[in-house]
Amino acid sequence: MAASYTASVTVRLKPGVLDPEAETTKRALERLDFELEELRSVDRFEIDLDADSPEAAAERADAMAQRLLANPTIHDYTVAVEPTEGPS
Amino acid sequence: MIAVCQFGGSNCDRDAVAALRDLDFEAERVWYADGLPENADGVVLPGGFSYGDYLRAGAMAARAPISKEVREAADRGTPVLGICNGAQIATESGLVPGAFTTNASARFRCEHVHLRVENEDTPWTAGFDAGDVLTLPIAHGEGRFEISETELATLEAENRVLFRYCDSEGEVTDDANPNGSVGNVAGILGEREHTAVLMPHPERATLPDLGRTDGRTILRGFAEAASG
Repeated sequence: MAASYTASVTVRLKPGVLDPEAETTKRALERLDFELEELRSVDRFEIDLDADSPEAAAERADAMAQRLLANPTIHDYTVAVEPTEGPS
Repeated sequence: MIAVCQFGGSNCDRDAVAALRDLDFEAERVWYADGLPENADGVVLPGGFSYGDYLRAGAMAARAPISKEVREAADRGTPVLGICNGAQIATESGLVPGAFTTNASARFRCEHVHLRVENEDTPWTAGFDAGDVLTLPIAHGEGRFEISETELATLEAENRVLFRYCDSEGEVTDDANPNGSVGNVAGILGEREHTAVLMPHPERATLPDLGRTDGRTILRGFAEAASG
């Protein structure tokens, strides 16, 4: 039976790919006197969808990441699925 | 007829048409939703900020139905040129390998740059000799070419790098690299030599009134390939 899920797709730069915006953000934090070693920025997409199972929801979100949300040349991504909370 | 595909947010489509017409080639703007005309002998994916650069520059336009038609046309041998945002669209749609992403400086760069011609045996560079140094304008925030080492090695082995950023003497140096592109790569070929992309703007360096005309040779080579 179909149920409501929220798939979270997290897209991040592959290790070694330069992230100039993260570098700039890190420098800005340091100017505010924060101490930090490293800062990485990621994009996270939260997708509400109905599917027959968490696996089916994850599969669809994975396809979305492959087709559009991530660019395989520069990105890795992860998919996590949870039942959608609250009234839908 | 050369079709210049206009997406919402394209802003170099008129310039591309004007530049091609100045070279006495037929060129028309084509609104993306109208699809690629059957009589398109060549395609320009113009510069601009299609879809406001949402998600990633070029990502949305690359998934518009007309981009599938452009890929199919390229498969049939129609020459395709991606300029700036058009280059980003072409990488996003798989017409050429790699990706164009945020400049290493994180700043928008709008200036003239020098480019060294790497391969003279293509329709795009037939009017040059390898090693020639051109001057073309750039205007981009996301022009840093990224590609895996393996794919870069393939591009180089197959002589598919068209242009590299260089200094006025033709030396390929870090200082001459405006955006941090791997290998100073400014333009490449797809799997076939009639598909090409570059971040600099040849159409902005074609009309004599605008000053330098190094872009003329690139567009003429393209248009001749399209009409031939």
